[in-house]
Amino acid sequence: MEGAALFQFLLRMGDNTLILGHRVSEWCGHAPVLEEDIALANTALDLIGQTQMWLGLAAEVEGQGRSADDLAFLRDVWDFRNLLLVEQPNGDFGQTILRQFLFDAWHVEMLRRLTDSSDARIAAIAAKALKEARYHVERSGDTVIGLGDGTDESHARMQAALDRLWPYLGEMFHGDGVDEAMEKAAIAPAAEALRAPVSERIEAVLDKATLSIPETRHARSGGKSGVRHSEHLGHLLTQMQWLQRAYPGATW
Amino acid sequence: MYAQMVQSTGKGVKTRAEMTEEEARFQDRIDAGEKIEPRDWMPEGYRKTLIRQIGQHAHSEIVGQLPEGNWITRAPTLERKAILLAKVQDEAGHGLYLYCAAETLGVSRDELTQDLLSGRMKYSSIFNYPTLTWADMGAVGWLVDGAAIMNQVPLQRTSYGPYSRAMIRICKEESFHQRQGYDIMMKMAKGTPEQKRMAQDALNRFWYPSLMMFGPSDADSVHSAQSMAWKIKINTNDELRQKFVDQTVPQAELLGLTIPDPELKWNEARGHHDFSQPDWSEFFAVIQGDGPCNSERMEARRKAWDDGAWVREGLMAHAAKKAARKVAAE
Ligand SMILES: [Fe+2]
Ligand SMILES: [Fe+2]
Repeated sequence: MEGAALFQFLLRMGDNTLILGHRVSEWCGHAPVLEEDIALANTALDLIGQTQMWLGLAAEVEGQGRSADDLAFLRDVWDFRNLLLVEQPNGDFGQTILRQFLFDAWHVEMLRRLTDSSDARIAAIAAKALKEARYHVERSGDTVIGLGDGTDESHARMQAALDRLWPYLGEMFHGDGVDEAMEKAAIAPAAEALRAPVSERIEAVLDKATLSIPETRHARSGGKSGVRHSEHLGHLLTQMQWLQRAYPGATW
Repeated sequence: MYAQMVQSTGKGVKTRAEMTEEEARFQDRIDAGEKIEPRDWMPEGYRKTLIRQIGQHAHSEIVGQLPEGNWITRAPTLERKAILLAKVQDEAGHGLYLYCAAETLGVSRDELTQDLLSGRMKYSSIFNYPTLTWADMGAVGWLVDGAAIMNQVPLQRTSYGPYSRAMIRICKEESFHQRQGYDIMMKMAKGTPEQKRMAQDALNRFWYPSLMMFGPSDADSVHSAQSMAWKIKINTNDELRQKFVDQTVPQAELLGLTIPDPELKWNEARGHHDFSQPDWSEFFAVIQGDGPCNSERMEARRKAWDDGAWVREGLMAHAAKKAARKVAAE
């Protein structure tokens, strides 16, 4: 049972970075300024690199002879385990950078705890990914602050992005059987345990950004369990998986 | 090459007798292989020609993100996706170095960007061709980066210091891109029948546009003669094109692919391959804006710029507020 839960947990880590990395990579060549083109590509690149490690380990744990690529390119929507937040469309640059910040704030805290994981393989991946995530959260946080506390227009756009994305935050902190099994085995922290430190970091940045936290609404969920993804994920997969699906068995 | 048909003074190279004392001293420095630095005296024509050339090169790096960016979301494996992302990121970095080099000549990145978006300045014709299959990612790396390297390796010795240094950094990355492109081609050419078909099709579509990258023959061009005297240009277009063909033919053979030119053959007497010229009327049409993707490329760049205006303004406004708060606190 623990093996199955571990596999699910690793899919969650890898699918988050895969889907967010994919989303961010959609910006390539279309960013507001050259430095952002470079930074967004860099973020996407880090996330795809982390995906290779998480899904690589997931495939190993599963022991069915699948590879990280098989997991990324040959599963359908219901088998994906990423948070709903990361599959949300890019929207404008404000929505992209805010989504990034909300994810980074959680990610950096999660990875920090995972460096103490009882599973040495997970601790090693987390240590490597944490360096990157620290840089990401600093950058996305600064950009959220800059745009929130910028012009009237940039402020309004950032507030709209926050209102749009806020309901997706809660899913990160809702634990389920997989999380409990991970906590019991000292592999990963309880989902709920991250709520306070992550919220604190987010609130500090939103405060500097002069953005107001929306009233708490019903938290969306169904991504990390795979029970109910948004409609967006299927479209993302049709693009991402197309070559592998159209030419099965080819080596690229 | 990423800079095509760059206009120089158009007046031909001055004889020693026609040069002012300053111009003669400047030419002596160039002839002695010295580097010209931003603070040094330089003829106005030298400065303007360099801005055109470096600007066009920078724009090519930026627009060049688009045909490859077109495949990032469809890359077939995680590794290929990472490699392609890194490559496109490098190209944006090249654009940045080059805009910085141009800035040392007194023109801002924003001014150059406006000139690109208004169509006053050009970018390489090659980026107006579509990328239609995954094999195109191979062909672009192999042929397009390959052709760019042909031009840029000699430009490492160009007379203008900042340009030369930018080229040295860029060349290292470009040769990496070319190897990765060739690696994709190899996988495709040795893959399934469909993959092999994609590889051959990509070569068919990119061969002549790659030859066009060097620009039409400039043996008689007064612009090129001046640029060569100033060491802004090191080789003629025909020399570079020949070198490119000679280098690429054995690589295509190794892939088992056929270069789409029935006239292509080794000429023992010349010690070079004979080959067919591309359709230069197509080249001029592409340069004039009538290539397969000119509209899409410019629309994409304009949209990125326009959609990004609020971001640039927001970040600048924030920086100004921060600076004001700092002053107020002191
Ligand atoms: Fe480049
Ligand atoms: Fe390149």
